[in-house]
Amino acid sequence: MTATDTIRARFQCTFPGFSLDVDLTLPGTGITALFGHSGCGKTTLLRCMAGLQGARGTMTVLGEPWQTDEIARPVHKRPLAYVFQDTHLFPHLNVRKNLEFGYWRIPARERQIGFDDAVRWLGLESHLSRMPAGLSGGERQRVAIARALLTSPRLLLMDEPLSALDRASKQDILPYLERLRDTLAIPIVYVSHSTAEVARLADHIVMMKGGRVVAQGPLRETLAGTENPFRLEGNAGVLLEGHIIDLDEQWHLALFRFDGGQLWLRRDNRLKPGDRVRVQVLARDISLALTENSDQSIQNLVPATINRVDPDVAPGISLVRLLAGPTPFLSRLTTRSVAQLGLEPGRQVWMQIKSVALVD
Amino acid sequence: MLETYWDPVWLTLRLATMTTLLLLLIGTPIAWWLARTRHWLRQPVAAVVALPLVLPPTVLGFYLLLVMGPEGWIGQITQSLGIGLLPFTFEGLVVASVIYSLPFTVQPLQNAFEAVGDGFMEVAATLRAAPWDRFLFVAVPLAHNGFLTAAVLTFAHTIGEFGVILMIGGNIPGETKVLSVAIYDHVESLEYTEAHWLSAGMVVFSFVVLVTLYALNGKARSGAIR
Repeated sequence: MTATDTIRARFQCTFPGFSLDVDLTLPGTGITALFGHSGCGKTTLLRCMAGLQGARGTMTVLGEPWQTDEIARPVHKRPLAYVFQDTHLFPHLNVRKNLEFGYWRIPARERQIGFDDAVRWLGLESHLSRMPAGLSGGERQRVAIARALLTSPRLLLMDEPLSALDRASKQDILPYLERLRDTLAIPIVYVSHSTAEVARLADHIVMMKGGRVVAQGPLRETLAGTENPFRLEGNAGVLLEGHIIDLDEQWHLALFRFDGGQLWLRRDNRLKPGDRVRVQVLARDISLALTENSDQSIQNLVPATINRVDPDVAPGISLVRLLAGPTPFLSRLTTRSVAQLGLEPGRQVWMQIKSVALVD
Repeated sequence: MLETYWDPVWLTLRLATMTTLLLLLIGTPIAWWLARTRHWLRQPVAAVVALPLVLPPTVLGFYLLLVMGPEGWIGQITQSLGIGLLPFTFEGLVVASVIYSLPFTVQPLQNAFEAVGDGFMEVAATLRAAPWDRFLFVAVPLAHNGFLTAAVLTFAHTIGEFGVILMIGGNIPGETKVLSVAIYDHVESLEYTEAHWLSAGMVVFSFVVLVTLYALNGKARSGAIR
């Protein structure tokens, strides 16, 4: 990574009872999740990036300085867009006027995202003449996202855009966000405290605690780091990204291929061959065998090499990190079985994967 | 005969209109500053703006008479500019009314601007709107009920002005003899019929103003559900 394809954010600020001190270099593409509990400083960091919160520091986006130790560009002179948790759609303007608010304020030559495209991407064709007060929560958030995109930003900042929505509205918006991630070249910094959202959307993760960064890196590697296992619904585990390559009508299963192997999933009616999906495998659902043991009920047997063993992460429990091709897995075993089987780095084993869940 | 009715009414309407327009121009920046600033001068400035609410109009009129008179500093300025002296002129009444009605413009506007909050202004900034742009196209439209309330209150309050006008304007027909002074005059001369006509007109007018104001506020409240 060089300075022209990354985002550098270094900030320091102090409030009564809280201080933020971060120095980050983030990739210039894809979704970076700022993850942590409430009060960890993730929203403050996002506001510093936007210039909404004054702080000492530097901010350089794809080679362009937005803030240095000497000067800080005001918010309206930074080519960014910000999606707030409370959408703050202008109540005196209809949906079309809301969308046009930023669109008309950037020079015509900088309008890389067309008005009709944004309206189509977010499915707003039939809502343009409505007033914000009459929209549902999910519709309001889609308008807010389209309004932000229409400034053709070089950086899109999103502050928990789904947290105020009910489950159905979240499911409604997630596919739109995935499509933006996969089709637009705009880097997105996404604040969230939801492991499910991060698992589904993020490419890169920054974990924060008490105003400091505690871990960061590409999502897959960071999740599979045994020293700081990210908690997927309270459990250590990994995420796999890959494609559906086959459907088994008779047994109602789908075959999922990732870099390093393949797994059978219980079939979901929405799945089609060729779909790109994310799959979650928890450490407690993987047991290890020294041979391919097929006279048993577990369907998913994947060969792998032990990469490292962390004994006693909890009393009597060890966490084993494995590699199937380049893809890391975590397995949670009793320390006694690690000793009895002689599990150590470099050893070839078979992972018996009891449960695989589609992330949605 | 008709002129004795219409002269004061016409003069009063002109005075109230001029005062309202001037105060919207002067009061808006003051209200905006009071609503947004954290400067230590905020409280003292707010107190000065509110002074006409608590001071007896005669006190205000007395000091205005002094500063606008030949020895006062405003009087010195107006004389050196060749305008002459302001007391006992229509222009003098406008200046006095602007000061006297200041809180009735600033306070509703300040409340309305405070209700707009930071959120919409921040969104507008991230959508590339510069400070002036944000003020004109976000804050002002969102505070439009505050502008209506301020205008109606200022207009009505200026029409009801009496003490200050008597102190600095006297009772010159066609120049400073406004409605309230005219009614006082009629009563002094025991012309009760004329006093009745003007007074009843004021009662009806004030009632209409208040009903309009409450209707506007009621509409604002139901519109606030978003």
